Amino acid sequence: MLTSCKSPLRFAAVATIAVASTFGMAAAQATDITGAGSSFVYPVMSKWSAAYAEKTGNHLNYQSVGSGAGIAQIKEGTIDFGASDAPMKAEDLESLGLGQFPIVVGGIVPVVNIVGVKAGQIKLDGATLGDIFLGKISNWNDPKIAALNAGLTLPAGKITVVHRSDGSGTTFNFTNFLSKVNPEWAGKAKFGTAVEWPTGVGGKGNEGVSQYVQQIKGSIGYVEYAYAVKNKITWVDLKNAAGHVVAPSAASFAAAAVTADWGSAKDFNLIMTNAPGAQAWPITATTWMIMYKTPKNAVNSKVAFDFFKWSLEHGQQDASALDYVPLPNALVSKIEAYWASEYKH
Amino acid sequence: MSAQPGTIASSAIIQEQRSRRDALDERLFRWLLMGCALLVLASLLGAAGATLWGGREAFAKFGWHFLVSTAWDPGNDVYGALVPVYGTIATSLIALLIAVPVSFGIALYLSEVAPPWLRTPVSSAIELLAGIPSIIYGMWGLFIFAPFFADHIKPWLTNNLGDKPDDGKLSWVVQHVPFIGKLFGSDYPFGASILVAGIVLAIMIIPFISSVMREVFQTVPTRLKESAYALGSSTWEVSWDIVLPYTRSAVIGGIFLGLGRALGETMAVTFVLGNAMTLSASLLDPGTSIAATIANQFSEASGLQKSSLMALAFLLFVVTFIVLLIARLMLRQLKLKEGR
Repeated sequence: MLTSCKSPLRFAAVATIAVASTFGMAAAQATDITGAGSSFVYPVMSKWSAAYAEKTGNHLNYQSVGSGAGIAQIKEGTIDFGASDAPMKAEDLESLGLGQFPIVVGGIVPVVNIVGVKAGQIKLDGATLGDIFLGKISNWNDPKIAALNAGLTLPAGKITVVHRSDGSGTTFNFTNFLSKVNPEWAGKAKFGTAVEWPTGVGGKGNEGVSQYVQQIKGSIGYVEYAYAVKNKITWVDLKNAAGHVVAPSAASFAAAAVTADWGSAKDFNLIMTNAPGAQAWPITATTWMIMYKTPKNAVNSKVAFDFFKWSLEHGQQDASALDYVPLPNALVSKIEAYWASEYKH
Repeated sequence: MSAQPGTIASSAIIQEQRSRRDALDERLFRWLLMGCALLVLASLLGAAGATLWGGREAFAKFGWHFLVSTAWDPGNDVYGALVPVYGTIATSLIALLIAVPVSFGIALYLSEVAPPWLRTPVSSAIELLAGIPSIIYGMWGLFIFAPFFADHIKPWLTNNLGDKPDDGKLSWVVQHVPFIGKLFGSDYPFGASILVAGIVLAIMIIPFISSVMREVFQTVPTRLKESAYALGSSTWEVSWDIVLPYTRSAVIGGIFLGLGRALGETMAVTFVLGNAMTLSASLLDPGTSIAATIANQFSEASGLQKSSLMALAFLLFVVTFIVLLIARLMLRQLKLKEGR
């Protein structure tokens, strides 16, 4: 009687152990790696990690906590790689024993809401864009805007600037571009993940900015290209460093990535805005992966490199589907050379 | 009735053991309770201390100037708290101005006027409202209320009460009532603003305030109310002269519970306040609040900016503390009046 009572229990216990050991074995084979940082790459990271897990069984846990937090966490060594929208300085990397490399390219586009104006119909140059964001140009019928848009009649109407309210890599690259092309902006607000905006309202995230721009007539904001496409917001064509008016597209982002001067940039420390190429989109951005050169956890680091290698070689299709741009081949080989020379793995 | 001496002795021992055990239990229980109370105190002091410590760099660098400066310039590393502090206080006050009378009405209706079959469903609906996450209010505010406000309410306000009407002609009210033109003058063409944030906050805190009020209104003894009715009082007179004085301190407690929530509310405010670091007298212009600024900038901040955000958090403690202090003083004042 007693034994018959006990035996199912014992059976259950044995079963539990058996199940646990199977899981244990599975866990020993697959490695979970952790990365954290930029929200700019979050969509493509999650897509890549799903595809990569399917192929190799290794899981990537990517936390989209913001570039600053990503750098802080990699410094503390709690994650296998950090991801930042702003590159770290060569001397900081040096002193901490870190290395960095870009992984994917994306574009940031100014977006507007003007009655009767469709995507690509309105053109601006950097100086004018800067003056608008400074609040110096405050009406759409300003002669400076009209001069750039022969043939397009813009209605008189107050310009409302919409910017990001949260600190972000999008703001970092956008204000970096303004600083390069508008001296007054460079002296006043400078550039960073958050700046003191002379005018306008702040929306939280790309969603917040797109929402405000769609709501406010006469507004101008800036979002990642993918958001402008998804939400069908009117974007603005920009005059680039070479003096050509270009439209935002995979081709013009790639042109910026190709023509940016990677050769002289140590540790890929180069912000791609205002790239010199004839067809280059002037506000093109990338995200840097930051990893220890001598890894604290060699197994995880090896898997992380395998993941990055896989994403550079096979994952770029997925990136294109999400309106990111694959890195140009020349840059990919440069990154792989950097891995070989700088990292021990 | 022959008591055996041995039994008495042993029962005395048992009693003594028992009382000793009781005393120990009593002491343990008291410590446990004290531990619970101290935990609250410790976490409060810990949080205030941690934010003060985290903000020490900002306080040291800017000193008192931090409190009165409107700058928030990460590019040049200059920070000031005036804009977020003003935004926090202004939105919370607007919320209170709207929420208190409405909650009073709801609570009175439910406890005095409504037919009994209606009371339970409506009061559970109110409690349900209190449980809605603030992000939902924020999204509702951003997607539905702010555009509605911008299209239908704001034009009326700016044209009739503001000093920047569309046709340039100031209305009679603006010409004769001081300050009102400044409060409602705005040439920003969208909804998200201090007033909208205040209205959304009011909707969020109404359930808190009204459910507290309803609870305490029900504690008013029936004989008090019925005596007043018997003397010929109207429902309004009973409410104002009997129910409210009887429950005054609890009602004020409920109001300050709502105010506390309004002061610290983050997500909803971030969505509908406009997040602009500019100080404007107009309620229809965008602004920012302490909690919204912290939520927006913390993830990407470092160095002095992070320290300034911590200092802001400490200021939120201070603001809340001052508000509670005012509440206490008000209660004491009311008690004094009662004595007369």
